[in-house]
Amino acid sequence: MLLSLDEATVRFGGRAVLDAVALDVAEHEVVCVLGPSGSGKSTLLRAVAGLQPLSGGRVVLGGRDQAGVPAHRRGVGLMFQDHQLFPQRDVGANVAFGLRMHGVAKGERDAEVSRLLGLVGLPGAARRAVASLSGGEQQRVALARALAPRPRLLMLDEPLGQLDRSLRERLVVELRELFGRLGTTVLAVTHDQSEAFALADRVVVMRDGRIAQSGTPLEVWQRPADAFVARFLGFENVVPATVAGTAADSPWGKLPVPDGSAQGRRTVLVRPAGVRLVSADQGLACTVTARTFKGTHVAVHLQPADGPRVEAACPLRDAPEPGASVGVEFDVAETVVLD
Amino acid sequence: MRLGLMALPVAFFALFFAWPVAAIVARGLETDGAWHLGRIADVVTRPDIRHVLWFTTWQALASTALTLLLALPAGYVFARLDFPGKQLLRAVVTVPFVLPTVVAGSAFLALLGRGGLLDELSGVRLDTTVWAILLAHVFFNFAVVVRTVGGLWAQLDPRQEEAARMLGASPLTAWRRVTLPALAPAVAAAALMVFLFTFTSFGVVQILGGPTFSTLEVEIYRQTSEVFDLSTAAVLTLVQFAAVGAVLAVHAWTVRRRETALRLVDPTVTARRPRGAGQWTLLASVLVVVALLLVLPLAVLVRRSLDAPGLGYYRALTRADGGTFLVAPVHAVWTSLQYAVAATAIAVVIGALAAAALARRDAGRLVRGFDALLMLPLGVSAVTVGFGFLIALDRPPLDLRQSWILVPLAQALVGAPFVVRTMLPVLRAVDVRLREAAAVLGASPWRVWREVDLPLVRRALLVASGFAFAVSLGEFGATVFIARPDNPTLPVAVARLLSRPGELNYGQAMALSTILMVVCAAALLVLERLRTDRTGEF
Repeated sequence: MLLSLDEATVRFGGRAVLDAVALDVAEHEVVCVLGPSGSGKSTLLRAVAGLQPLSGGRVVLGGRDQAGVPAHRRGVGLMFQDHQLFPQRDVGANVAFGLRMHGVAKGERDAEVSRLLGLVGLPGAARRAVASLSGGEQQRVALARALAPRPRLLMLDEPLGQLDRSLRERLVVELRELFGRLGTTVLAVTHDQSEAFALADRVVVMRDGRIAQSGTPLEVWQRPADAFVARFLGFENVVPATVAGTAADSPWGKLPVPDGSAQGRRTVLVRPAGVRLVSADQGLACTVTARTFKGTHVAVHLQPADGPRVEAACPLRDAPEPGASVGVEFDVAETVVLD
Repeated sequence: MRLGLMALPVAFFALFFAWPVAAIVARGLETDGAWHLGRIADVVTRPDIRHVLWFTTWQALASTALTLLLALPAGYVFARLDFPGKQLLRAVVTVPFVLPTVVAGSAFLALLGRGGLLDELSGVRLDTTVWAILLAHVFFNFAVVVRTVGGLWAQLDPRQEEAARMLGASPLTAWRRVTLPALAPAVAAAALMVFLFTFTSFGVVQILGGPTFSTLEVEIYRQTSEVFDLSTAAVLTLVQFAAVGAVLAVHAWTVRRRETALRLVDPTVTARRPRGAGQWTLLASVLVVVALLLVLPLAVLVRRSLDAPGLGYYRALTRADGGTFLVAPVHAVWTSLQYAVAATAIAVVIGALAAAALARRDAGRLVRGFDALLMLPLGVSAVTVGFGFLIALDRPPLDLRQSWILVPLAQALVGAPFVVRTMLPVLRAVDVRLREAAAVLGASPWRVWREVDLPLVRRALLVASGFAFAVSLGEFGATVFIARPDNPTLPVAVARLLSRPGELNYGQAMALSTILMVVCAAALLVLERLRTDRTGEF
């Protein structure tokens, strides 16, 4: 393992911001830590970088315990959330900074800077002032700067957080390609699930300083570990239920669940695509409270006579008007028993 | 790391401040190994001393009130009005603050004293009245109020007042309910600073007070150098120490309150062209006050220094036959510059190290306590420093009596707090994550300071050096105790010339003061060009 966290704990006052976290990152792996703000994901990066001392546990890099190793000797890169480019230096000097710190000769440095700027899509920008850069350009320069000293581990804190949506979607693809080509080992944190899923080989979901789930994007998406992860991924149809065989008794009535599901008192998730609208006299009777246009489909919000709201994904043309009465049936293929 | 940064400043202040102060305490209250705390009561109940205490307090209160009255409108004018020549006016207002007290003393003597401008015009002399002292105090501290209050005022978001107006408040109510509460801590902090400076006023009172008026500071000097009652002087120093400590504690508290979150905006966008008769009248009256109180005394000073035909007073400075000095008075210029350069170097090293340690986010209680401690030499008054040096550093293990470094050390002690005050806000403003970014890229702590902090604070460092230089150059209270008679500094030479009778001595004092004023004003004007942050605490 390139990076191993072993029971890593950070306390602020009495509160554990990082609570006995164990995490391994293999060489060439891209791991994305996903969590709401305050879940301790930035502290995790700072602890690995050596900017935040541990209250307990260990950070092991390349097989060596990093206790007592200061940030500048750890050989890891960190791209800050708001980039933190040095305002008094131009783009080239920002990128060259780490190379200078590592004693790289001037000629070699200049060549490396132009190579890196080309790599991030900003050829010839070396003499530009940092203040003249747009948000996306700043992000690229910050990336080039972090890559320059060839860190064994590159860490990204909300790498695309402040950019607008279309730019974010484009850059995430570029980053993914770049990391694949360079074979960089990456540990990124983000609160944006689509960013994490697009970027990562493996996603780690954090909650209150602990790891809630770890797996490939597909695994996490298909089988959220618990109600928290499911809701964090944007799923609203999460209800407590008692599972017996292939049926679950829930506030929405009997739900069909897949064969081999865990039995007893559980939490059940039905993805919106598995909520089928039928005529009012069939299934669970609901009233349409709202509908929101999602581009490829319409999200229809439904209020049953009894029990929590249900969200359904409808084709654009079939969405009923708010106020309409409909029936609801649940599709076993889109239903998951959690916990 | 932090302890490393602190080591030098702590050692410096322990050796050259704490120890002299301890020596004063011992001198005042101890004889033959026994402590006599009763001496404090004995001294402060003496009628002459009670008179001094009373006068010191009320003149400080009156000076503070008068300064606020005259300078607050100017603060508004600088913050909210935009007019041609504003930059120049700002510099003019700031010049007096860095001028040596003896220059102000001479200037007001030339304006209000015997044969002065007022005397010539109306036959009225004010130099023997308290008015001369009060006006000179306003002259000095005008800039403190304008900078502290006006600086914040300019950054208050005018939309806050507009929001109050939209909710139905009249302009006056909006000001009273929105702006005034936001300004109040700054006004309080400025008032406390002015009180402190005037409470410990030395040079001005020494020159303008005559035999009638004496502040604590002057009395300490008199007891030491004329009455030779070191024990009384020591007790008085302790009384002053306690008073200053109390004021500084209150000041620290108001400054902390001032740091509570206010919506601050770029000061360049809040100023508007004056509109309506009210604003024009206000602008005009502020200009009149500045002209009469700040510019006129200096103009008269220069005029008086030129009274003798063919620059006679200036030429007299180059001769040593006046009998007042062993060397030509002009030699004092050279001496002063040497001392000031040495003092600036010491003050900048000590002050910058202390500021770097204080600026760290993780600075604990202990370090923040040191912050307040650093302010003490500023308030505790130069005379205390000089007196302390005199009785503490004159015997082994540290006998500096014969060393030229004694004067620069004392001046550095007075100048270092200015360096800290100037550097600290800028250092605190450096984003800690910039340093972290550099560290992650492989920069050691020392390189982080050199590569990240230094480029960002270089200007502040220059400004701080300039301040320290001006303060050292004009330093009078401490220097007068310890400067060697054969090697006076400029302010000491001016004071000595003024204390001698005769037209030639008076004229030479005016000429030397003019030279001193020009050097200090030049230093300040260079600073004004460098200065980016106009909200500093001075």
